[in-house]
Amino acid sequence: MSEAVTGMTAAIEVRAVEKRFGNVGIIRDLNLTVVKGERHAIIGPNGAGKSTTFNLISGHIKPTSGEVKLNGDVISGLRPFEINRRGLSRSFQVTNVFARMTVWENVRCAVLWATGQRYAFWKNVDSLPEVRERTAQILDDIHLTHRRDVPAGLLTYAEQRELEIGITIASGATVVMLDEPTAGMSHAETDRAVALIRRLTEGKTLVIVEHDMSVVFGLADRISVLVYGHIIASGTPEEIRRDPKVKEAYLGEEAH
Amino acid sequence: MTKATNSTSKAGADTSSGSLRFYGVWLIGIVALIVLPMIFSSGGSLTSFSLIGIAIVFALSYNILLGQTGLLSFGHAVHYGLGGFAACHMMNAVVSHGWPIPLPFIPLFGGLGGLVFAVIIGWVMTKRAGTVFAMISLGIGELVASSSLILRSVFGGESGITTDRTALPKMFGWSFGPQLQVYYLIAFWLVLSAIAMYALTRTPLGRICNAVRDNPERVQFIGYDPHVVRYLAFCFAGFFAGVAGGLAAINFEIANSAYLGAIQSGFVLFSTFIGGTAYFFGPILGAILVTYLQLGLANLTSAWQLYFGIIFIGIVMFSPGGIAGLVMMHRPLVRAGTLWTVIPSYLVAVVPTLALACGVILSIETVARYSGGEPIDLFGIGFKPTSPVTWVAAVVLVIGGAFVARLSWRRIAEAWDRAATVARDRGYLA
Repeated sequence: MSEAVTGMTAAIEVRAVEKRFGNVGIIRDLNLTVVKGERHAIIGPNGAGKSTTFNLISGHIKPTSGEVKLNGDVISGLRPFEINRRGLSRSFQVTNVFARMTVWENVRCAVLWATGQRYAFWKNVDSLPEVRERTAQILDDIHLTHRRDVPAGLLTYAEQRELEIGITIASGATVVMLDEPTAGMSHAETDRAVALIRRLTEGKTLVIVEHDMSVVFGLADRISVLVYGHIIASGTPEEIRRDPKVKEAYLGEEAH
Repeated sequence: MTKATNSTSKAGADTSSGSLRFYGVWLIGIVALIVLPMIFSSGGSLTSFSLIGIAIVFALSYNILLGQTGLLSFGHAVHYGLGGFAACHMMNAVVSHGWPIPLPFIPLFGGLGGLVFAVIIGWVMTKRAGTVFAMISLGIGELVASSSLILRSVFGGESGITTDRTALPKMFGWSFGPQLQVYYLIAFWLVLSAIAMYALTRTPLGRICNAVRDNPERVQFIGYDPHVVRYLAFCFAGFFAGVAGGLAAINFEIANSAYLGAIQSGFVLFSTFIGGTAYFFGPILGAILVTYLQLGLANLTSAWQLYFGIIFIGIVMFSPGGIAGLVMMHRPLVRAGTLWTVIPSYLVAVVPTLALACGVILSIETVARYSGGEPIDLFGIGFKPTSPVTWVAAVVLVIGGAFVARLSWRRIAEAWDRAATVARDRGYLA
């Protein structure tokens, strides 16, 4: 895979990124390349810095040093909405929807910027055909059409997780980052969610943090292993499975 | 007065019967505004209606912040007051320069006054939401209110700026001297403002405001800057508060520092919250009730502000959704046809709850009038505040009423749970 990892085809490039909170270095010398169009999983023990890595890439927090590139442009230091407008979208580990708004409105809000509505206060939001069609399409994709008028806060947990994915992909971003999308789901719900993710990220670049190893090895084209804020290995599922460092640091523990 | 359907959950359900009902509600409101002064034509009721109309515009503008964008402001009267001063100065300028601007256009300048200040101060204020915004709004409110006493040339000091609305050019032959003509002017601007503010909730910006209210963090990850969203909402709220202030300036023919102060800011917060922030029509109900109570209670008792406080605390504790929330709670039951199962428990609760309320009123009035010794007239029954009989009656009503009322409220809750479960099983969530 390493021959594919060149500047031209990288969707995300993280170079020598460091993040300190006070004196504590959470992320140290982080290097990560995600190739355009691949499904890339980040795994690692609890507290390794997986969510922090997500937050650094999506602009939620700023790196202390180093740089992050999206499609070749430096994005570290930009605000989250600026990064989102450049085509990177992320979901959250803890469900993070608009609780008092209906399922329909949740998804529609996520469609608005991408369809060029910006801060318009002179248009009726109900009479924008493009917005309506895209919202309906996303709802159909995440199988929540029958729940469209239910406030998001009243959905079941699994439904909220699906809505979370729906909001994430609604903007049409080419790089999608999902933070533990199947956490807390039953086996049947996990299978459904994985099928959904596979279908909805077709042709896009996917970065996923996941604890469920069967999901990771079933879904990912490549895997990066993060331990103590540092990537210790990157490669295909086969390479990762055989890597002695990974075995020692992570898989050998059989903690997950 | 004007009412509107739910602002948040009626997204695409635009069936023809739904939209017919929607326009029907607005039409009824407009017709009511037109015929009200024909039914109640006394000077006192015209004055009340005018004040209520102004209060509704003000409360609706406040709800752009509180209900729709999740911004708790303690200084909204600043925009109202500056709108009032802008309107007064404009009216005086029109008269002295002989400009051809008739009175009905003046509220627009009030709105601009509120808007300009919001545009200037808003960007800094809306950088953060929550407590930071609330504290800054409180500070700005105090700052402007105290400046108004110092900057005499603009605000006229203690006495304020006076004006004469009848000196402006006539329109349709109306001089706007009689209160009836002023009422119709206010009603016109009320309808215009209410439609505009309702329309705002249906725009992309309006919906993103709701999203910022629910989850400002997530909004950043769907491409929006919550700061810009809050700023725009703040500017709209400032404009319509200014319109309300302009209407008040026309109504009273004066603008003074009381317009800008904390009491006025508290009044609009009261009205909006008591009415209910989650629905567009909530602040309308709240403004009607609070203005009416203010006018009515002040005549009945010197402790009227205490009653306001009790009502406000009661709403915050027992019905955070306000009156509109209480009303709309019943919608799934009505739709599922289970409302009749809870009505008997309501009727049972009326007597002990009223007894409790009478006991509280009697206690308050006894304390308030003890030193003066004026008699208490409670629904036609006379009590002497110095008589032990009154004290015993108050204690018995409060304790006995509270005890029985609690039991009856528990029955309501049980009946509610059953009815709501049935409604949910039948698929009616809201």
